[in-house]
Parts: sequence; C-alpha cells; structure tokens
Amino acid sequence: MEIALLFLPLIAAITSGFFGNYIGDRNSEIITSVFVSISAFLSLILFYQVIVNHYENNVVVATWINSGTLNVNWSIKIDALSSVMLVVVTLVSSLVHIYSIGYMSHDPHKPRFMAYLSLFTFSMLTLVTSDNFLQLFFGWEGVGLCSYFLIGFWFKKDSANAAAIKAFVVNRVGDFGFALGIFLIFYLFGTVNYSEVFQQIPQIIDKELLFLGIHIKAIDLICILLFIGAMGKSAQIFLHTWLPDAMEGPTPVSALIHAATMVTAGVFLVVRCSPIFEYSPLTLNIITVVGMTTAFFAATVALVQTDIKKIIAYSTCSQLGYMFFAVGVGAYNVAMFHLFTHAFFKALLFLGSGSVIHSFKDEQNINQMGAVYKKLPYTWILMIIGTLALTGFPFLSGFYSKDAIIEFAYLRGNTAGYYAAGVGVLTALLTSIYSWRLIFKTFHGTYNNEKMKIEEMHESPIVMLLPLIILAIGAIFAGFLFKDLFTGHGDENHFWGESIKFLNPLSTEHPPLWIILITPILVLLSIPISYYLFVKNKEIPNQFVQINKPLYNFLVNKWYFDELYDIMFIKSFKKMGLFFWKIVDIKIIDKFGPDGLSLLIKKLSLKASKFQSGFIYQYAFMILIGFSALLTFLILQ
Amino acid sequence: MLRVIKGLNLMIDIGLGHYLTLGAIIFTIGIVGIFLNRKNIIVILMSIELILLAVNINLVAFSIFLNDISGQIFTLFILTVAAAEAAIGLAIIVVYYRNSSTIRVEDINSLKG
Repeated sequence: MEIALLFLPLIAAITSGFFGNYIGDRNSEIITSVFVSISAFLSLILFYQVIVNHYENNVVVATWINSGTLNVNWSIKIDALSSVMLVVVTLVSSLVHIYSIGYMSHDPHKPRFMAYLSLFTFSMLTLVTSDNFLQLFFGWEGVGLCSYFLIGFWFKKDSANAAAIKAFVVNRVGDFGFALGIFLIFYLFGTVNYSEVFQQIPQIIDKELLFLGIHIKAIDLICILLFIGAMGKSAQIFLHTWLPDAMEGPTPVSALIHAATMVTAGVFLVVRCSPIFEYSPLTLNIITVVGMTTAFFAATVALVQTDIKKIIAYSTCSQLGYMFFAVGVGAYNVAMFHLFTHAFFKALLFLGSGSVIHSFKDEQNINQMGAVYKKLPYTWILMIIGTLALTGFPFLSGFYSKDAIIEFAYLRGNTAGYYAAGVGVLTALLTSIYSWRLIFKTFHGTYNNEKMKIEEMHESPIVMLLPLIILAIGAIFAGFLFKDLFTGHGDENHFWGESIKFLNPLSTEHPPLWIILITPILVLLSIPISYYLFVKNKEIPNQFVQINKPLYNFLVNKWYFDELYDIMFIKSFKKMGLFFWKIVDIKIIDKFGPDGLSLLIKKLSLKASKFQSGFIYQYAFMILIGFSALLTFLILQ
Repeated sequence: MLRVIKGLNLMIDIGLGHYLTLGAIIFTIGIVGIFLNRKNIIVILMSIELILLAVNINLVAFSIFLNDISGQIFTLFILTVAAAEAAIGLAIIVVYYRNSSTIRVEDINSLKG
C-alpha cells in the first residue's frame, strides 16, 4: 500500500509527461487526477490506521548507496508525522489536479502541466516519507525543480521565466546551507539515517567546532545550517523574495506548491529533526525571532499590495512565520497542526482567487474588481469561509491552530516567547485586516473593471467549485476535529509517538483568560472596521496613505528587500561576472588559449600548403634533397 | 713511345673508380635534368633513362671487379624494364597530350591539393 501510494503519482507523471501527446489531453487529465486521488485515498487510510492503531512502518524500497560507512536506502517511513504530511500533500494535490482540469481548460499544454503536478506530488512524498537526510534532500531538490518548472510554466512570459529562475536561485542559497548541514551530520555521526543520528545526538552536545574562525557548538551549527535550508524553502525573511514572484505561475500551482505543501517542507524538516533542535536552545531562539519577524513583515506588506495573488502569497509567508515561531518555542505539534489547517484554508483561498481570476479573464488587480458577489455567489461564500478560517474566526480551523501557537508562545515564559506572543497577536490583527480588504475590494463596493462588462461575469464550472467545497469543509472542521489529536496533552494522547521529541514536556497550564480572548476579539472587531474602511468610507485609508507617504512606499516596495538585494548582490555579481566574461575569459583565456592556438595552426598550415606547388620537378627535387639528407645522416652516424 | 707508354699507362689505370665516377656523373646529369628542365616532359623521361643507365654502369663495373656474373644479368633485366618503362611513359605522354594539348612541364601543375 505504501509503495502504491508513493509511486502512483510518479506513474501518472511519466504517462502524462512522455505519452501525453498519444493519449490526448482529456486522458492525461483523467489519469493523473485518478492516480493522485487513489494516492490520497490510501493516505487517508494510513492516517486512520496511525490514529487508531499507532501504525508505524518503514518500507525499504531499494538500497541507494552502500559505500563504506555510508548506507542509504530508498525507503517509505510511515509514522505520525509523515502520515499527517501524506494526507495534506495528497489531498490538496488531488483537489488541485481536479481543479486544474477546469482552470487550465484554455491552455494548449495540459498534459505537460498535469505531469509536472504529479511529479511534484511524487517528489513531495519522497521528501516526507524518507528515513534519512539524503532521500529528504532528493525530495527537497525534486520539489524545487518542479516548482521551477511550474512557475515558469507559461514560458512565453518573460516575467514568469525570471520568477522561476529567481525561485530556483534563492532556494539554492538555502539548499547550500542544508547540504552543509547534511555533510556536517555525516562528518560527526558517520551516517545520515534519522534513527542512528538521533540516537547519537546526546553524545555530542558539548562538542565544539571551529567554523569560519568561530568556536561554535557542533549541535548549534548543525541546527543553524538545517534551518537555513528550511528558511529558503519556506520563504522566511531574507530568503522570502522568491515567493511573491512565484505567483507568476498558474494559480493551481500557487495553491499546491506555494501555499499548502512545498513551502511547508521547511517546517516539516525542523519538526522531523526535533530530536536535534531540542538540544540547541540558541537555534530555537533564532527560529522564534526569524518566524516572528517574517510573520509581522509579510502581514504589513500584504496590507498594501494590490495583486490578489500576491496578497495571499504574503499571507502564506506570514502564516509560515507563525509555524516557525511555534517550532521555535518548542511546540512542534502545534506547528504541525497549523500546517495541517493552513493547507486547507490557504489552498481554498488560492483556488478561490483562481476562480475569481478565471472569471475576470486573467485580471489580478483587486482595484479592477468589486461588486461581483452576486455574480460569483459560490466563490464568494467559499472565499469568505477561507478568510474566516485564516483570520482565526472562532470555531473555524485557524482559530484553534493560530491561537494555540500564541498561547504556547506565551506559556514558554521567556522573553522571546512573550515577545513572539505579542507580535503574534498584532500580526493576527493585521492578517484579519488585509484578508477582509481582499474580500471587500474583490466582491463588494463598486464595479471597477473597464475591460469587461459585469453582465459577462459567470461562475466557474463545477469541476473548479467541487475542490473548493471539499477544502472549505476541511477549513471549517479540520481545526475542531483534530484539535485534541494534534495538540492535546496528557497521558492518554500518544498520537505523535516517537516522531516528535520534547526534551521538556510542554507546559500543560492554561494561559490567562485575556490571552485566549484577545485574538478572537481583535479579529471580530476588524471585520466591521475593514468594512468601514474599504467599502463605506474609502477616504480614510486614502488620507492615511497621503499623510504617511514614506511608510506607504516602504510597504508597497516590500521593505525594499528586492532593491537591497539588487544593490548588495545582483549588481556586484553582475559586474564581477561581466569582468570575468569580457576580460578574463575572452581577452585572456580565449585569446591565448583555444582561439590563439587555432589561429597559429591555421597560419602555419597556410604556409605549409604553399610547398605543394603541383610541379613535378619541384617534388622530385624535394624527394632528392630529403633522400640525400637522410642518407648523409645515416652515413655520418 | 712515351706517348704510347703514357697511353698504355692510362689504359692500365682505368679501374673501378673511373667507372663509378662515370656512373655518378651520368646519375647527376639525370637528376639535374629532372628538375632543371622547364620545357619538355620527354626530357624528364630521358633523364630517368640516364639514371637507370648510370645504375647499369655501376652494376656492370662491380660485376667485373668482383667476378660475379649476377650483376650483368641484373643489368639485362633493368634494360628490358627500362625499355618497357619508356614505352609506357611515352604512351602516357601521348594520352596526356591528347587531353590537355600540351606537354610543357611548366603548364603541368595539377598535382596538388
């Protein structure tokens, strides 16, 4: 069953990718969707077994590397952690496959698109089911590659190609750290298998290393390097710049890769390595700070963006920040819980925005929308459900997971924890405001689109709405149903088993009442405030912008991160590259190397060919001279 | 008398060295004839004959000097081969003249890449 679960998407990808032209668009859509759906069904069964029977298994598919002390297997490790990820990945993936049938109906390259989606699913599954760091890295790079393919799917758009390259290159920075982390693990432990590494961790706690001239504890170094990898993949601040640009890809891709699954791989990595991270309080504090900063930064930027997908992208970035600071305060299970619920409502929001974009015929600017809630009633309702879940409206899924994060941050009881909780509450408020701004600007107010008449608007087809409805059900109930399973404490709950290690058991006290109440109250209050600001009285935000022009520009330009990187890295590297290309390569290496040699040989051979005159008497003379020279030489010897 | 004696002495003095010198001179004339000649391809053919004759003189001279008959037999073979070769060479020249209507050495330079 595990093998079928893992390899069905791969078979679907191969079938659709290599034989898509023979079997036709419709068949490749059906094959990929059905195979991935079967996979999703199998993972639901597995998840059920893990919940009920504490099922654990490690299926070794094949030996990959067996060289000296390095033994690496291709394996499928099923435990609580990977089963949760399996459900998230395959479920969202299958819904996105089905949705894509409708969304990509006008695209000429359907089989290729479906193949990439399935290949992505396969890579993601190898990532989450690996039992060693090397297979994890394989999946890690596999999803990065598919992400590159899918962002640049509309390869005729220059911006899409640029975004794809940007995503790949920025991820490379993170992957470099990750690879170094794996090397260090192998150097220290002589193995890359989780179970063996995790066993040996307590023995090296006090070991120190010299790294770049700094004495640092080995365990801190490992954790920081791994976390750099996670930062790249999960778009944390400093390495986040690729995520908003990645919205150039088709919307289903944004929903699958850049909201629900791939970007959460970083969180998964840190949770998977909880037995290592638990011994490194330094790194945990770094993670808290980075996560918190990202959450706040992305939320502020989302406030002023006008592209519907970019708002949701920054929202994703912000929610990933939440997950990381949950990890940072040691609440790995809460982070996984938020990852789980976030997958539902963020995929719902992305697919819903895709439906809006589809109806507006590829319009993404929310200032060009408005007043269409009567025309798109289902999309409207579903988007509102997604927004409510995201903002943490009481009793929807985001309410349970996000509030749990804030509570645990508070209960951590140190400075970073209090600080994180405060920023968490503030960010929750910002989240609520920008989400409602999105809804009100898109669906309410006045109709602002000049390119098409409002009468032409039509609701998306059922094949696009069905996945939305399923996701909406998840967004409503996932939090309520799985709250106790994921975050419940006490002796009766052993869901996570060995897959997550808590060095210090999580605090079981209840936080004070005000911290529980403050977020929902702020979130509830923000709905009428947003309505007033963005529908009733639009002058207030406009005036606010006029008064605080520098602040507004700062936010619109995304805290000038892109410009900063442009000055710091891109320009100098471009200059350096041009120098090495134009001067060193062309003028020095080529001139004296290949080009020079070939020119020399050409000249010499032109000279030599002049000897060949065609006159027999000259040839005869040449032969005689040569012969007599040879003879003379032999005689003199 | 003296003249006769001198003449006899001269006769007696003719030895291997003289024959070889004659052969070498004829050989050199043949060789120089090949590449100094700018006019006629038949002259080249004649020069080749001269070279062969020079070889023959050497062979005959050594044959007498060493009392070995095989050198003279070889000379006969070479003469036949030279005759055949001259016939073939002349035939080629005739055919060449028909094709390109010249046998001037200066005009024949198509033997190149």
